[in-house]
Formats: sequence, C-alpha cells, structure tokens
Amino acid sequence: MLKYLSISKGYVMGNFEKKLAKFWEIFYEHDGYTKVLTGLNNTLYIAVAGLAIGIIIGTLIAIVEVFPKYKRLPRILNGFCRFYVGLFRGSPVVVQLLVAYYVVLPLLGTNLPALNVCVLVFGLNSGAYVSEIMRGGILSVDPGQMEAGRALGLSYGVTMMKIVVPQAIKNILPTLGNEFIALIKETSVVSFVGAADLYVAFSYIGTNSYEFMVPYLAMALIYIVLVMIIALLVKIMERSLRKSDRRN
Amino acid sequence: MIDVINLSKSYGSLEVLKDITVSIKEGEKVAIIGPSGSGKSTFLRCLNCMEDPTSGSIIFEGVDIADMRVDINIHRRHMGMVFQQFNLFNNKTVIDNIMLAPVHIGLYDLRMKKIKNFFIRIRNVFARNKKPLYEIDTTKSEIKAKARENALRLLKRIGLEDKANVYPSTLSGGQKQRIAIIRALAMNPKVMLFDEPTSALDPEMVGEVLELIKQVAEEGMTMVIVTHEMGFAREVATRVLFMDEGRIVEDDTPEEIFTNPKNPRTKEFLSKVL
Ligand SMILES: Nc1ncnc2c1ncn2[C@@H]1O[C@H](COP(=O)(O)OP(=O)(O)O)[C@@H](O)[C@H]1O
Ligand SMILES: [Mg+2]
Repeated sequence: MLKYLSISKGYVMGNFEKKLAKFWEIFYEHDGYTKVLTGLNNTLYIAVAGLAIGIIIGTLIAIVEVFPKYKRLPRILNGFCRFYVGLFRGSPVVVQLLVAYYVVLPLLGTNLPALNVCVLVFGLNSGAYVSEIMRGGILSVDPGQMEAGRALGLSYGVTMMKIVVPQAIKNILPTLGNEFIALIKETSVVSFVGAADLYVAFSYIGTNSYEFMVPYLAMALIYIVLVMIIALLVKIMERSLRKSDRRN
Repeated sequence: MIDVINLSKSYGSLEVLKDITVSIKEGEKVAIIGPSGSGKSTFLRCLNCMEDPTSGSIIFEGVDIADMRVDINIHRRHMGMVFQQFNLFNNKTVIDNIMLAPVHIGLYDLRMKKIKNFFIRIRNVFARNKKPLYEIDTTKSEIKAKARENALRLLKRIGLEDKANVYPSTLSGGQKQRIAIIRALAMNPKVMLFDEPTSALDPEMVGEVLELIKQVAEEGMTMVIVTHEMGFAREVATRVLFMDEGRIVEDDTPEEIFTNPKNPRTKEFLSKVL
C-alpha cells in the first residue's frame, strides 16, 4: 500500500513538472502573463470602483434610514431605499449582472463595455450591503455627537458628514474590509458577461496548454495572496485610525 | 432676550412641560433647580429647540424659533450649549473642535455670497436698474486664520494651549468640559445654556469648571444653568427657577429661594439637598 502510494505520488509529481513547463510556456512565451495582469487589473478595478460606489450609495441610504421621519419626503425616500436594498440583496450578483447586461441595457437601447457594466452592478450591489453596515456604524456613534454639532448651528447633513459618518466609518472599517474582500471574490463571475478577469486569463492559458491543473492552482494562489494582502492593509489602516482613541 | 410663552412638551402621552411662560432678560444668570425628572433638561433643550416644543413659542431676539419655518441653525449659532457629557467631537483634535463651526459657517456664508454675486452680475448685464453686489471683505484663508487665532486665544485663557493638537480621548473630564465651554464661546453666543455641566465630573474637577463658568458669567454673558450645585447657584445666579413636575413652581432671587422659600415643594426639595 505504502509502496503504491509513493509510486503514484512520484508519477503525479513527474507529471506535475511537465504541466508546470507547459504552463510556463503559455504564460511566459505566449503572452499569458499580460492576460493575467489585465485580469488582475480588471478584478481590482471592479472591486475598488464597486466598493467606492457602494460606500457612496450605502452612506446615502444609511443616512436616509436614520433620518428622523416626521415629514413625508424622508418617508418616501426611505421606502425607495428599502425597495432598493431588498432588490439587490434578494438576488445573486450573477443574476444581476446578466439582467443588467442582457436585459436592462438592450431595453435602454444603450451599449456599455462589459467592464463598466460590472463596475456599476457591483457598485449598486455592494451599496445595498454597505448601507446595512453603515447604518449600524452610524447608530453606534454616540448621539451626543450629533447634538453637539446641531447645538453649534451646524445642519443635520453637515454634522452627519463631518462628525458622525467619519466615526461610523472608523467603527465599521473591519467590516468594510471584509466587504471589499467579499467583492474581490465575487468578481470571479464577471466573465459571464465577457469581462476579462483572472478566470478568463487562466482559462486561456489552460485551453492553450491543454491542461488546467497549474493555471487554476495559480489562480487560486493569486486570489488567496490578494485577500491576505488586503486583510493586512485593513488591519494597518484600522490601527492608524485608532490613534485618536489612544492616550498620549 | 428669550421669552418663553405657553411652552408645553409631551413625549407621547407623557406631558413633561406644562404651559411654561417665563422671560429671560439680557445679562441674567438663571439657575434651574429641581428634582430629577422634573423637566429641567427638557426645558433647557426647548430654549434652543434641540427638542421641538409640542406647543407654545420661544421668542429669541424677536423671532419665534419654535416656528418650524425658521432656519433654526442660524439662531442656534447665537445660543451656546454645554452638555453634561461634554460631547466633544471624538474625530477632531481640540483646536479643530473649537474651529469647526466658526470655519464652516464662515466659509459657507462666503460661498453663498459669491454664488449670489454671480447671479446678480448676470442679472445686471440685462437689467437696467443695477443691483449692488454683496460686499466680500474676507478670504477663505483669512476666515481660517481668524478662527484659529480665536481658538488659540480661548485655549490660552483656560491654560490648555498645549492640548491644541491632541484628541479629546486623551483629556480629563474637567479639561473636556472646559474645552466644550470655549467651543461654545468661540461662536460669540448671546446666551449660554448649561445642562448639569459638572454632573459627570470627578469631584476634584468640578471646581475648575465652575470657576470658568463663573468667569464667563462675570463678563456679562446671559446664561441659563441647570445645576445641582446649590452653592454655585446661590453665588453666581441672579435668579433661580425651581421646577417640579413640568412647571416652574418658584421664580425668585437666590437669596429668597435659599433662605426663604415660599412653595412647600421648594422647601421640601431644598431640605433634601442642602
Ligand atoms: N426623549 C424622551 N422620550 C421620552 N421621555 C423623555 C425623553 N426625554 C425626557 N423624557 C422624560 O421627561 C421627563 C423629564 O425629563 P428631563 O427633562 O430629562 O428631567 P430632568 O432634567 O429634570 O431630570 C422624564 O420623566 C423623562 O423620562
Ligand atoms: Mg436632566
């Protein structure tokens, strides 16, 4: 049994070296790496731009949700925001992507590059998630902060933007970091509408070298390293933001 | 300066303030005393409409600020407020805490003037009767520099200029409250409202805060102070309101209230706290 295993292991490893050589050939000599770089670039672009849009939309929704609702306009806006959040949280992002690209755009009669559609859909989608995170963040800020701003004659919106939201963002930074990581992972479906991400790059290499083991292993490694780096960056940022809490 | 007319405030079915009419004149130092839950904080917070009155008027310098149509933010700039829990902005350094509102409001007014002038210029091209432009006698950097200068002057006054660039979390309660007071003073308010400014402080820090409030009072500031410091009320106030169950039960000089209270409930309260 042991002998058999070691033989089969040797067989696999020998095979693996061959596979590695094939992969390298396509990756290095046949321009695979530029495709990988483009894919990486697109993945990051969609995630970063998506999160940026998501934070803006999410913050606006969260503010509407926590705004006092004595008057009719805030109530109407709140209803709209609820609908929006329900819509985007209620369906998988792949479905949203496909619907946006193959249903909404043709109906609007416009044509956008797949990459831009991806940024928009991921932005709108993460806006729905960020709004929940941000709402919790805003509610976690001491109400006295808003009172102090209002007592100085600053408006609700100004106090919100200058005092409450910065503190809320600080409170939710780790959660936002997780959202960013989730976004990076979710972008792996953008090839459904033809955007060139890491999957497209590595399946190109796989198709051309007639083997998929090394390419997909490399893809997995890239995703893991990417996520680890971002987790580290979030931690560093968190620490530097916390300087206002420390005694000196 | 502030005329409160038939002020009532309810939270749901709970009537917290019951038809209060009182007038506060310029230069007066009004201390509000009374048992916990009697509506002192609610009354104070109605004065600058931090709580909207359920009915009644708050006439501040001739304007009914309880009217929902007035821009309350403009009037609040002239009414400083100091809270029990200090409420310094945690995400701003001490000097930014003090400068934030003056700078924001200065820049906002400047921007509005520029925008209005822009439209007046366009209008003046076509209209025969030329409208005069708003006078702009300052710049962004001047506004900021002035606010900084003023903030540093105030910090120096309370001996905390070396704390200008630290965050509030590094300060003691007494330091926080004194900074909260000068933050309000930086707006050049016409009246200062204090809600139990020393109740959240460790005993050894009460003195420094009361001393600063006393100084501000001596400079002639009109003020309304909710307080449990009876000695302080007696020394600094020119007038004491005793509140109970949402009403001002007694309104007199500190001398009279503390030595010769007329209302039985005032007597009872004072016998407990003195
Ligand atoms: N936001 C609020 N919602 C409901 N009830 C409140 C609110 N604020 C104050 N109250 C009630 O109003 C009453 C008076 O409160 P307050 O003005 O804080 O009294 P005081 O400052 O004299 O102790 C209390 O019974 C309190 O429970
Ligand atoms: Mg109170």
